[in-house]
Amino acid sequence: MLKMQADTTTSRRAFLKGAAVTSATFVLGAFVPFGRFALAEGEAAAAPKPAIDPNFFLRIDSDDTVTVLLKHLEMGQGVSTGLPTLVAEELDADWSKVRFDHGPNNPKVFNNLFFGSYIGTGGSTSMANSWTQMRQVGAAARAMFVSAAAKQWNVPAAEITVENSVLKHPSGKSARFGELVEAAMKEPVPEEIKLKEPKDWKYIGQKLPRLDTPGKTTGKAIFALDYRRPNMLVAMVARPPRFGGTVGKVDDAAARKIAGVVDVVQIPSGVAVLAKDTWAAMRGREVLKIDWQLDKSESRSSDDMLAEYRELAVTPGLKADRRGDAAAALGSGGDVHEAEFVFPFLAHAPMEPMNCVIELTKDGAEIWGGSQFQSIDDYAVSQVLGTTPDKIKIHTLLSGGSFGRRANAFADWAVEAAHIAKAIGGKAPVQLVWTREDDIKGGLYRPMVLHKLKAGLKDGRITGWQHAIVAKSILVGTPFEGMMVKDGVDATTVEGVAETPYQIENFAVDVHNAKTEVPVLWWRSVGHSHTAHVMETTMDELAHKAGQDPLAFRLSYLKDGSREAGVLRLVAEKAEWGKKMPAGSAQGIAMHHSFGSYVGMVAEVTTSESGFKVNRIVAAVDVGVAVNPDVVSAQVEGAIGFAMSAILRNRITLKDGQVEQSNFDDYEPTRMKEMPVVEVHLVKSGEAPSGIGEPGLPPLAPAIGNAIFAATGKRHRSLPFQGPISA
Amino acid sequence: MITLNINGQNHDLDVEPEMPLLWVLRDRLNMTGTKFGCGVAQCGACTVHVDGESRRSCSTMVGDVVGSEITTIEGLDGKVAKAVQTAWQKLDVVQCGYCQSGQIMSAIALLSVNEAPTDADIDAGMEGNICRCGTYQRIRAAIHEAAKSLA
Repeated sequence: MLKMQADTTTSRRAFLKGAAVTSATFVLGAFVPFGRFALAEGEAAAAPKPAIDPNFFLRIDSDDTVTVLLKHLEMGQGVSTGLPTLVAEELDADWSKVRFDHGPNNPKVFNNLFFGSYIGTGGSTSMANSWTQMRQVGAAARAMFVSAAAKQWNVPAAEITVENSVLKHPSGKSARFGELVEAAMKEPVPEEIKLKEPKDWKYIGQKLPRLDTPGKTTGKAIFALDYRRPNMLVAMVARPPRFGGTVGKVDDAAARKIAGVVDVVQIPSGVAVLAKDTWAAMRGREVLKIDWQLDKSESRSSDDMLAEYRELAVTPGLKADRRGDAAAALGSGGDVHEAEFVFPFLAHAPMEPMNCVIELTKDGAEIWGGSQFQSIDDYAVSQVLGTTPDKIKIHTLLSGGSFGRRANAFADWAVEAAHIAKAIGGKAPVQLVWTREDDIKGGLYRPMVLHKLKAGLKDGRITGWQHAIVAKSILVGTPFEGMMVKDGVDATTVEGVAETPYQIENFAVDVHNAKTEVPVLWWRSVGHSHTAHVMETTMDELAHKAGQDPLAFRLSYLKDGSREAGVLRLVAEKAEWGKKMPAGSAQGIAMHHSFGSYVGMVAEVTTSESGFKVNRIVAAVDVGVAVNPDVVSAQVEGAIGFAMSAILRNRITLKDGQVEQSNFDDYEPTRMKEMPVVEVHLVKSGEAPSGIGEPGLPPLAPAIGNAIFAATGKRHRSLPFQGPISA
Repeated sequence: MITLNINGQNHDLDVEPEMPLLWVLRDRLNMTGTKFGCGVAQCGACTVHVDGESRRSCSTMVGDVVGSEITTIEGLDGKVAKAVQTAWQKLDVVQCGYCQSGQIMSAIALLSVNEAPTDADIDAGMEGNICRCGTYQRIRAAIHEAAKSLA
């Protein structure tokens, strides 16, 4: 998903009304590594030396510290190591001197090259869109150092070498980056940049230590929730008990009596209590008396919605994919396999709940937060404050997970904070804090999804495949609609089923956009979080029905030499697919392509009357060049740990419109004892890097489900796997 | 006025005895290494040591820890703490890192009473700490690594 290169300009214009529209293309001349644009003429002399301006990708200090400014949010995925690796490689910097910081929300410099002129992190695009650009940054800066040294030493540039942040000439002359930074700044940015050959890489492909580890193991790392401003007030918001509800009459007398409570204000999303500390805000909120207006709110239970989804699924839907004639093929004889899969609403539940600090300025605001779509957040806040996005300064801080939650078209956390700051007339900086209950009950869930399909099987081959998906669209009605919704079909609902790499001649996919007030959002791996399970479970069921080995069956529908086949073969080899397993234990296999990457998995499970235990997951991963193989492995391990919770037990359900879960006791993430042993094998590849934050998730559920089937003969179609297993 | 001993220092605080230790640390003392994750002692992000034992600071009233020695991630000292933090760094355990202060505090408490924990001991000792990024495999490996370095 999030292939936004095409057709972005119009949508961006429609969205960012009046805001400057910039080119989506990286223009070398527009990039200046040392903050040159920041220094207007005449200011240079007064500026600190060396220029330290965070408007560009690279700062180099006189002590040789190289600071790479990130255009992507570090939320655990390792981008604060990955992007500096690319720069340091071409710069020939000493890794021990490399640091990172988040860049400002200047879309002319820090835009995601796949998102047009937006700044944003998502769709597992960070390394892929930065791959060439960040190496060019490093190479251009290196050339400027070389050029400066050549002039100072009066030697040909070609005779100068650079290693570990030191420039040397055979004559014995040498200088550190820090000594040359002022001279290098004055050099022109080279017009042509030559990048290293892969054989000369020193850092790319190596396990470099993560740059964010020291701060995160000593308590020193500052996450958004840790940020403080002088005289800051903490705000908590009471929100309607049902989605679509609004505030009626408010009695805040008791809340105002709580020691530390400073103010109570009404905002569009609810009633905010402002206090001197979090504890006082929490207690103040508890004693608010609010009559909610719930006439237009969602009052159905999730079971009611599912019943409606089932009725919709058997009616003609929007055409998402068509090959051949599936209906005719299914009527042409043989067996017809029918199956239904249900996926619940899911909360992202990042460890750090939503929050940010906002301070109004003369003509806008400053925000400190885990901003993931800065270009949406600044625009949305500017609308609340009646100004323009360029007047909203976002300081992006480390974020305690996201899994999609912080990247939303509504900028809900930032907008809520802006309304509160506005309501108190900007009299103090405000830190908005969501509790875990706010997070679990607050919506923007992975949509509840129903899949119904029929697949024909004759003489051991698939004749045709008819598939219907029902879900609320993530993108319809958002600024992304123009980019990723075509003829009503939301790419994020059908990705992973539509355009399946399996060569099935007669294939039809329909989609139905369900209506509900429950707000929905992408959740780690988006549509693939359900479509992979449907596809890979069904391929397994069909293989068994055809009496064929599930691996061989899949390979017979994939192109020879494809990357899909490559990861399947590698994982089968590494997991010793087909080996004898103890009684009650079995292997299951699955493969999925998402975000440009390919992941095959073999799960090993042990089953008993009381349930199942996942012992081991072997994964084969093709991400092209693995810039940092250890981070790639960590992302796959993490995706497995994250996905386990949705396989084991997580679900958000509504009863009469109210969310039934509230905290980690009834929406319990995976715990230590449930984590399988994970073994990750990378395919050696020279392809440009693709995503890895998300691709590790999709194949897990079907691999486990297929292993349980192999052990017990019972099928898990719907998620989570708790409850009775269907025969 | 309540006096708390935190990381070897006494702090006189004008707070109610019912105030959770977590919010005193974070909002009154600006010791933000201890994290807020759930507020109901389910996730362990707020784990501190009270007289050497793991305690969920979100559910500990300050009135109950007067006279105790409280240690937070900022005040870690000693060879077990050093071994754990070194192992965490060597294996690059962290991802988002938000839960890791609590994980480290629990790991130190575990290794302080059990110098060679088995996998089952680690499951039990770390049961109260959630990592949403799913870094459990590396947490387990880092605890074994720390134990090895202490042996």
